[in-house]
Amino acid sequence: MPSLEVLDVGPQVLVQDLGRPGLAALGVGRSGAADRAAHRLGARILAQDETLAGLEVLLGGCRLRTHGAVTVAVTGAEGPVTVDGRAVGWGAPVRLEDGQTLQLGAPTTGLRTYLAVRGGLDVPEVLGSRSRDMLAGLGPEPLQPGDVLPVGRPPAEPPTVDQVAPPAESPTALALHLTPGPRGDWLADLEALTAQVWTVSDRSDRVGTRLTGQALTRASAYRDRELPSEPMVRGCVQVPADGQPVVFGADHPVTGGYPVVAVVQPTDMDRLGQLSPGTQVRLTWAQPGAARP
Amino acid sequence: MEVTLLPMGRDAVLVEVGGTGEVLALADALRAAEPGATPWSRSVTEVVPSARTLLVRVGDPADLPTVREGLLVVATDLDAPADVAAAAPHALEDDVVIPVTYDGADLAEVARLTGLGEDEVVRAHTGSTWRVGFIGFAPGFAYLVGGDERLHVPRRDTPRTAVPAGSVGLAGEFGGIYPRSSPGGWQLIGRTDAPLWDVDRDPPALLVPGATVRFEEA
Repeated sequence: MPSLEVLDVGPQVLVQDLGRPGLAALGVGRSGAADRAAHRLGARILAQDETLAGLEVLLGGCRLRTHGAVTVAVTGAEGPVTVDGRAVGWGAPVRLEDGQTLQLGAPTTGLRTYLAVRGGLDVPEVLGSRSRDMLAGLGPEPLQPGDVLPVGRPPAEPPTVDQVAPPAESPTALALHLTPGPRGDWLADLEALTAQVWTVSDRSDRVGTRLTGQALTRASAYRDRELPSEPMVRGCVQVPADGQPVVFGADHPVTGGYPVVAVVQPTDMDRLGQLSPGTQVRLTWAQPGAARP
Repeated sequence: MEVTLLPMGRDAVLVEVGGTGEVLALADALRAAEPGATPWSRSVTEVVPSARTLLVRVGDPADLPTVREGLLVVATDLDAPADVAAAAPHALEDDVVIPVTYDGADLAEVARLTGLGEDEVVRAHTGSTWRVGFIGFAPGFAYLVGGDERLHVPRRDTPRTAVPAGSVGLAGEFGGIYPRSSPGGWQLIGRTDAPLWDVDRDPPALLVPGATVRFEEA
């Protein structure tokens, strides 16, 4: 069985697939790739099932050596990709021979680069998924140099895509589209959520993206109220006591005790998973007048 | 039963009820309706109970309006339970019996807070049937309701940085057991060796929502 040997990992390299849906009632979140669209694109390029596991590489710095021939595709955040020092394409199937070294450098835009591997990474499943959930501590540990990742049997059909177009350049202030949340009335002024430009905080991770800006204030009727913990979903915009919203990501807690005032649409959650600290974002209702249920 | 339907993204609705007993009753009713007993319940992919709310998720966002209507019909036909434990539909789940060694670090404090002696705390804890209202905080951490009301105690003022796995605790209206070592602020009255969480078991949690639970002295 071919395999990938980890030589270097940079800030964080995780095994991810599309996660473990349907277990929230047991206290287990879905997890999975932070940028699901990038993960799915890799599967499409390699003509394989999108549930197969690949790597999520945060801010580059990842080097892998092949044992046996392995075909891969790089998607997500764009940056330098080399095989034995020679540049190879983003968004294309790349065949690596035995003993070659693949290097993913720091991305020029975005945070997370995805490495799809033809046949998938055949590490043990936990509760039906190979995703690392950083909050719950489930699934394969973050990768370390020396780890060896077995590669599964490739599908019968060969890849038919030569190369896909890279994503369009992001505008400077991105808009994230919202649907209503359950507790919009807990804010004194829900309009303040969409009326300002927010900045992505450096205290952001797979659990949540913190946004900083002018603090949101509680409605007086709810100022001293405690909210019993309630179920959360990916994309929940939760407003803690300090009034700085947190958008829950792939590894969000299954329940939370602060009011959720809106929910970011799934496609925009993929884009949010690529936003560097300091990036400016706007929040906007997906349907005009949708603020109040 | 009165419910309020609150929005939660494109593919889910949050159902708000009066208390954990009503969460249990509604979750029981939805579980009894599965799988696919009605056209709308076929659209439901996930039901996640919590303290006062249930998240109901659908596979196709287009089904959400029908599911919302269906939920209202089910809830309207339900009576709010007067007694959480008595409301347990015994056909659904068998009792889980948890053997406990009652030597917790906060047993004396719980005895003081409740005005019961330590022996009486143990008798109250073992003498009533609990139910799993919901799971939260950590994988497999079950919030147990319906126990002896004399055991309602506040959380510790200062949470512990590490509570050992298997610790049996109390906080507010809830009982619980830490499935693995974690920080925590519950009052600890004992410990158990029961295998609460095992990812190689199906389901991985020993205590699942709706299950009835009894404690006994180990």
